[in-house]
Amino acid sequence: MNAADTAFILVCAALVMFMTPGLALFYAGMARAKNVLGTAMHSIVMLGVATVVWVVVGYTLAFGTDAGGLIGGLDYLFLSGVGMEPGGPTANLPHLLFMVFQCMFAVITPALITGAFAERIRFGPFVVFSVLWLVFVYSPMCHWVWGGGWMGAMGALDFAGGAVVHMSSGAAALAAALVLGRRRGFGTEPIVPHNLPMTLTGAAILWFGWFGFNAGSALAANGAAANAFVTTHVAAAAALIGWLVVEKLHHGRATTLGAASGAVAGLVAITPAAGFVTPMAALAIGLVGGAVCYGGVLLKNRFGYDDSLDVVGIHGVGGTWGALATGVFAVESVGGASGLLAGNPGQLWIQFLSVVATWAYCFTVSYVLFKVVDAVMGLRVSPEDELNGLDVSQHSEAGYQL
Amino acid sequence: MKKIEIITRPFKLDEVKAALTELGIQGMTVSDVRGFGRQRGHKEVYRGAEYQVDFVPKVKIEVVVADDMLAQALAAVQKAARTNQIGDGKIFVSTVDDVVRIRTGETGNEAI
Repeated sequence: MNAADTAFILVCAALVMFMTPGLALFYAGMARAKNVLGTAMHSIVMLGVATVVWVVVGYTLAFGTDAGGLIGGLDYLFLSGVGMEPGGPTANLPHLLFMVFQCMFAVITPALITGAFAERIRFGPFVVFSVLWLVFVYSPMCHWVWGGGWMGAMGALDFAGGAVVHMSSGAAALAAALVLGRRRGFGTEPIVPHNLPMTLTGAAILWFGWFGFNAGSALAANGAAANAFVTTHVAAAAALIGWLVVEKLHHGRATTLGAASGAVAGLVAITPAAGFVTPMAALAIGLVGGAVCYGGVLLKNRFGYDDSLDVVGIHGVGGTWGALATGVFAVESVGGASGLLAGNPGQLWIQFLSVVATWAYCFTVSYVLFKVVDAVMGLRVSPEDELNGLDVSQHSEAGYQL
Repeated sequence: MKKIEIITRPFKLDEVKAALTELGIQGMTVSDVRGFGRQRGHKEVYRGAEYQVDFVPKVKIEVVVADDMLAQALAAVQKAARTNQIGDGKIFVSTVDDVVRIRTGETGNEAI
């Protein structure tokens, strides 16, 4: 056990925890005033729901003894055997600390999906879906990549969750948008953000928390953590600029929502690469990531699916770009693996396989889970409830008394 | 007596108020309103998608004047509120039958 590493990861776990309320503000500001609480609640409630699922069964499915490369065994059910001594995948941290650091990832990932079905889902069925999704999608994905499963064994590089967190939530978001259908008025009347200062506050908290997310994924207080910290910051900065430049060219204005969205796109894109690439590669990954995700959010209008707060466009597209970019820019001197530019095109192929497998698995299972919950409980609110907003119809509260 | 309803740009409120006060007009009522005329609202852009916002914020100033003040008041308001850009707004004039000052019971021009 290493005291410095332990201290560092304790702080990082708290930073990652803070991202979920940040996400709540980021999303709630983009919703309409009548849905501000309902939208924030989708993220906030995950601090409760996902934490409980994780300590009961999620952690052991992800990090228990490997069964065929597909899933973890039940040895850590109810955290049995997870204690203060080092254990699990790390020798330098208390096993409990590794567990709770991972717990924060399990909290924010289903919260990310909620942007896709904002403003029209019933609260109870949404919670049931999220529990099922954590068990059948998140925990297996986490096992495949970090828990000794086949994707990690194949050599796929995912430093902090490009596949586990961002592509998985992006794929689930696409399934959600397709199963739930569009909001009333989508494409015919203006559905615009009600409080962009709230969204900017949320984006700032996400950026701050992301240092724990990516640097903490080094799982030690060392040079790799410093490299991940710097690549994370540089990519966010570059993507903020990349998004604004494309937006300026496309519409003639640089917007604050564009700055916030670009920064988050860059943070998403660098997540799988943070510990494998240099800061200059992060500059390129961010710049391209901001521009590519701007294109990503335009897709929904092109194809007519209502991914309300652009989870597919930012997390799906940005995560995919980041996973592929890791296979392009990885250098051995940083994270021990070489990518295309370092003369190892095979790595890009492996990254490509991991992208296809992640999208296929997460989209398919999420789609089935949504369909099942819809059939049993009914996912969508009534037209009247949708018109009145989720705040009053789902929670009997109003965000603003004006 | 005439009622003048001025619908114009919010940032012109102070100038219109000053112009009317200079004429000796002693009271007015102001409300924040939204609407459109030939200006047809404005465009907003969120994440690359354009939205037409039909109702733009305007301010409505209501003031009642004696008949012989009308021409001066209209001239003063136009001078104060005009920017020569589309969206300067409109003035509606109507006849008022009577006015009552609640405190004293005065009516007509005395009560304005």
